Order: sequence, then structure tokens, then C-alpha cells
Amino acid sequence: MIANFMDSLRVMGLGMLGIFSVAVVLILIMIILTKLFPAEHNDSN
Amino acid sequence: MQQILDLYSNLGNTTWQMIVMWIIGGILIYLGIARKMEPSLLVPMGFGAILVNLPLSGAVTQVIDNVTETGPLNVLFDAGIANEVFLLLLFIGIGAMIDFTPLLSCPQMMLFGAAAQFGIFFTLSLATLFGFNLQDAASVGIIGAADGPTSIFVADYFQSRYVGAIVVAAYSYMALVPIIQPPVIRMVTTKKERCIHMKYNPRNVSKTAKIMFPICITIVAGLIAPRSVALVGFLMFGNLIRECGVLDSLSNTAQTSLANLITLMLGLTVASQMRADDFLNLQTLFILMLGLVAFIFDTIGGVLFAKILNLFLKEKLNPMIGACGISAFPMSARVITQMGLKEDPTNVLIMQATGVNVSGQIASVIAGGLILGLVPRL
Repeated sequence: MIANFMDSLRVMGLGMLGIFSVAVVLILIMIILTKLFPAEHNDSN
Repeated sequence: MQQILDLYSNLGNTTWQMIVMWIIGGILIYLGIARKMEPSLLVPMGFGAILVNLPLSGAVTQVIDNVTETGPLNVLFDAGIANEVFLLLLFIGIGAMIDFTPLLSCPQMMLFGAAAQFGIFFTLSLATLFGFNLQDAASVGIIGAADGPTSIFVADYFQSRYVGAIVVAAYSYMALVPIIQPPVIRMVTTKKERCIHMKYNPRNVSKTAKIMFPICITIVAGLIAPRSVALVGFLMFGNLIRECGVLDSLSNTAQTSLANLITLMLGLTVASQMRADDFLNLQTLFILMLGLVAFIFDTIGGVLFAKILNLFLKEKLNPMIGACGISAFPMSARVITQMGLKEDPTNVLIMQATGVNVSGQIASVIAGGLILGLVPRL
């Protein structure tokens, strides 16, 4: 049980780190997409 | 007379455990119909729970006199859930229903979606202390994704014996978001914080950006978390057919007929895992309790993350929007908007809350993918 718990703490650390790093990459993609393809007047918002 | 008695002989095979499962099935049907809690899933599941717990039920596989009689629900389970096909098809429908515009116009909201997945990992750790092995603990923790299909996908991937209890917990708590979240948010915020007004200055989003978004996300998810690419890819494919503008008919079918058909199958088929022998045990009670813990710590994670950001920001965020980072869409956004209006009738948070809530849908799928990638390595 303790070994599983220690492993689970590793999953927690790596998982939260992983999800924040992916979130940052996704934010960058969204910013790049909106800059590369800006909305024109007749585009839907 | 003997023939008449033989007709009713199956009554003798009834056990008290089966009767308890009929009651549980009845409760699920009641919650679905009378309380309107996720009726599209709880009603089929409740009925299925009764169906599979009839003595010598022909709906599920039985071994009678050393002869195996395959039941249709097990056939459906093997054909659609064990290989995750039903869930992936459902993700096309879900993707077609989601409008990512509020997120694309405020991309930084994605961080809240990430923070609100904390409950998944916290519960995963907690579950190991309750004696679950790492695979089962991961399957229990993913209830915190607040996303039924992802929960089933992960539990199924790890071949968890508790898939029935996990699905019941996931869908029940999703329906209970309006009851679970407000007291938790009040517990970790002050009235002053709940009254914070937030400016909404969205970027305009072009149609091209909306079309490119699902394609880019799929490529990135595939490169970073390849195990999640099936989940993310099908979700994003659904979104692509919604946004491309030339597949409206397919998009409508995915949103309505496809999603309804799969949901119908899913509820009944998952019930095949709710046989009394597998369901009535202490672990089921633990799973129901841990599922609630997952939802509570998702909410706390999102709110506390917003409070931490506020330490560094000039223009303060209303920390309540952090709670929308769970995937229960649009329920969570609606709850936070109503809470904001209740605290201050001039405080409208709907757009920010919706942006965060949409980000939670992506984040929960990615969290599922990360778990699929991380757990087998340990």
C-alpha cells in the first residue's frame, strides 16, 4: 500500500506538471492561431 | 401442477443481493426521471441494473449446467466498450457540440482547466490508501474528470473491475455539481472575493482559426501524450466537422443521432458490470465517497489557483471562475454565473466562466491521457 501511495504521489506530481505544460503549449497555439488568422469584419465571432 | 410450479422455480434462485440491486436500479431510475439527474444515462443504467440482476438473466453471460450462454449485454460490452469504440464515437458527438470560441478569445483561461484537474490526482493518491492498486486508483481518480466517457475510457483501459461503480459515481456527481460546488466555493473564498468584477476583453476569432484549432490540438496531443490521441482526436474531429461549415449535416447527426444512439447503448451496456457479485462490496462505497472527494478537490484546486494568481495580478480575478475548470459543461459555468449574480446582481461572469468550462473539457481529456501514459510506467 505504501509503495502504491509513493508511486501515486509521483503520478500526481508528474500529472499536474504535465497538464500545466500542455496547457501552456495550447495557450501558445491559440495565441498564434488568432494572430496568424485574425478575424475580419465579416468573420463570425 | 408440477409444471406450474416449475414455471416459477427460478424464484428460488433470487438472492437478497439481487433484490438490493433492484432497489439501486430503482433509485437510479427515480433520480433520472423525478430529479432529472443525467436521465439519458441513469435511466438506462438503472433499468440495466435490474435486468442483469434477475436470477439466471439471459441478458448477461451465464454458465448453466457447465454450458456458457452468451448474453447480449456482454456481446455489446465486448464490441463497444471493451475496445473503447462506443466512447470514441461519443466523443465525436461531444466535439461537435462544443464551441471553443470563448476559450480561443481568452486562451489564458486554459490554465484554470489544468488547475481544476487536481482532484483527479489527489483522489488517485487517496485511493491507494484505501487499498486500491495503482490501476484501480487511477480509474477511481478519473471520476474527478467530471467527464463520463473519459472515466469509462480510463477504467476500461486499466480493465478495472469497478467500472460499474465508477460510472455511477461519475454521472451522479456530474448531475450534482449545482449542489456540490457552491458550498465548497464559499468555504475557500470570502464574500469580497466572490464579488470581484472581471473585465471581458475577448479577441475576435476568425473562422480559419476555429478550423485550425482542432487540427493543431490533435497534432500537439499526439506528440505530447500519444495515448490520449484517440480521445483528443475524436473530440477534435467532431469539433472540426462543426466548425468547417461544409459538413453541417454530419455535425447535426453527430450532435443528435450519433450521441443519442451511443448514450442509449452505453447506459444499458455499462449496467452489465453492475451484477450484485461485483457491485455490492465495500469498494463500491469507497468509490462513491472518493468520487465526491475528487469533485470537491477539483473545485478547490481551481479556486485556489485563481487566488494564487491574484497575488501577482493587478486586475484581480474572481476566484470562483477557477471552479469551472471541471469538465461538467455547461452546468459548472451556469452555477458560477448564478453564484456571481447572487453575490452582486451587477456581476456577470458568464463569458469568463464559459471559457474556463470549455478549457476543462480539453484538460480533462488530456489528464486522462496523461494517466494512461504515466501509470503503466510505474
